[in-house]
Amino acid sequence: MNPSVDALRRVFGPRIGRALVSCGDTIVYVDAGRVAEALRWLKETPGQQYNYLVDVTAVEYRDPERPLEVVYELFSLDRRAALRVKAELSKDRLEIDSLVPLWAGANWLEREVYDMFGITFRGHPDLRRILMWETYAEGHPLRKDFPLRGRFSRAEQVRQALGANPEAHYSMDELSIAETYHELPEDMRERLARGERGVIPEPGRERGRE
Amino acid sequence: MSKRTVEFELATPGLDAQGRPARIPLGVAAGSAVAAASAEPELGGDHLLLNIGPQHPATHGVLRLVVELDGEVVVRCIPHVGYLHSGFEKLGEYRHYNQIIPLTDRTDYLSPMSNNVGLALAVEKLLGLEITERCKVLRVIACEMSRIISHLVWMGTTGIDIGAFTPFLWMFYERERIYNLQEAWTGARLTTSLTRVGGMMADVPDGFVEALRTFCKNFPKTLAEVDRVLTRNGIWCARTQGIGALTAEEAINYSLSGPMLRASGVPYDVRKDRPYLDYETYDFEVPVGEHGDVYDRYLVRFEELVQATRILEQALDRLPDGPLNVDDPKVILPPKSAAMTDMEAMIFHFKQVMEGVQAPVGEAYFPIENGKGELGYYFVSDGTAKPVRWRIRPPSFINLAALPKMAEGGLIADLIAINASVDIVMGEVDR
Repeated sequence: MNPSVDALRRVFGPRIGRALVSCGDTIVYVDAGRVAEALRWLKETPGQQYNYLVDVTAVEYRDPERPLEVVYELFSLDRRAALRVKAELSKDRLEIDSLVPLWAGANWLEREVYDMFGITFRGHPDLRRILMWETYAEGHPLRKDFPLRGRFSRAEQVRQALGANPEAHYSMDELSIAETYHELPEDMRERLARGERGVIPEPGRERGRE
Repeated sequence: MSKRTVEFELATPGLDAQGRPARIPLGVAAGSAVAAASAEPELGGDHLLLNIGPQHPATHGVLRLVVELDGEVVVRCIPHVGYLHSGFEKLGEYRHYNQIIPLTDRTDYLSPMSNNVGLALAVEKLLGLEITERCKVLRVIACEMSRIISHLVWMGTTGIDIGAFTPFLWMFYERERIYNLQEAWTGARLTTSLTRVGGMMADVPDGFVEALRTFCKNFPKTLAEVDRVLTRNGIWCARTQGIGALTAEEAINYSLSGPMLRASGVPYDVRKDRPYLDYETYDFEVPVGEHGDVYDRYLVRFEELVQATRILEQALDRLPDGPLNVDDPKVILPPKSAAMTDMEAMIFHFKQVMEGVQAPVGEAYFPIENGKGELGYYFVSDGTAKPVRWRIRPPSFINLAALPKMAEGGLIADLIAINASVDIVMGEVDR
């Protein structure tokens, strides 16, 4: 077991949950509300120096009772030590503090987790979908309740793809650069004004479901 | 508020007295000041919205950059990715571990063999398997061959982006030699699917070792020519030196890896710092830059080509005989001949194909040093044959995230050079 776990326990006490070793990797669970603080401590404390954020991702288990986990893979370039920090989030409250103030590299990684799992990162400067398009309305693909072929029927997916305006792929922010918003067609303006990401429908209520 | 659309009269106004086409004066001609002013509205201070890609040769795939320009200066650069998103991680949750290997071919399709190796190593870590010596050395050979073709594509295409066409031809000529070897070994040029959990899909064919030795002997000559053409070339230096520079702190802060990180002076190489496949027993150097600009990234990758050739030679020298796959019928398929004649082998064959390799409950993260950077595979298993979660730690996705930081404040022409220097492959960025 990585000695950083005991050091974390001394500083954060009961905020540090269980710790285990799996396949030689040390995993430590941290209270979701304190995870940014704990990671800052791990990054900046001499003797810990986990200065390299390898990866941010999330895991949803097949057991629907288990909470979602946000996974932070840390590495210390100076000490050559690795540590995996996890935070559990209950499915009715998928929110956690953003790490962008600590590591700029967390920006896109957290956007991807938001896109794929629907976890909101508080304090993230630019939390938009990244791999899926901004008006994608079928939900978050890596969630276990998301079917492999998507929520909508194939016919509905084709209909939406054919109906999409290929010129409409600018965000309001980008259009403000050229101040061309008022020159756009009426329906495109209406769509942009409704919100960049469109409206994510409630499960079971979306159109075109078979 | 001035309107951005500028309409010019582009038709030639006719012929002059000498019969030559009359030209539209570039400056304001005397006496026509009013006309010129109405043709060219005041643009000073206005920013231009420029869209680059997703179908543009300089974006190396389907990357789309929305750029705000003030004259030629990039004020803001907003990358849009995801045009090639295939949901590999989701697909992996529905597949046996061995069935995931073909998916890894298609992520970083410029170095498929090292992706296969990384995936097999990650699953073996999850299973606690120890692979054979011959398998280890063959996997090192696969990784270094992949590194060479990955860097060759990078160097060729970056040369084209910056305006040097000849190195591209030389690079692709050498890459073709590796591809021929790869094809002889795996039967495929792109979708190699070389490894299996616990071993390899196939041993190297007859004549492979000699052919690879010949490549290792001839390849440095091509490299020397490229060195002569590029390294001290005035245009190349002017287009790359001091462009897109990142300090060591910035590079670490952006979680960069691979040549991007090392060019900024951080000597982090997974092969040295978290050794796998006995890389610690090979004699090779890790090149480190000092300025972190496009030129240093070129130098680092160039030197990595030389070092990869060295590793290949050492691996060929030590390639041991002996079994290729682990001796465990629960992991490795029995030979087809045995499956047809031996009852036990047939049962194992059936169970392997129908049920797949069963991993214990647990999770494992395994990083390897890919041509692009630290490629990691993270598996979470709940004890069944299909992973609960398969995560690819994509080096080019994370490296690309630093593009706005490097490009903003520079010229639009430098944006192309900087984007090239990141060495992205969109199959991996979008997954």
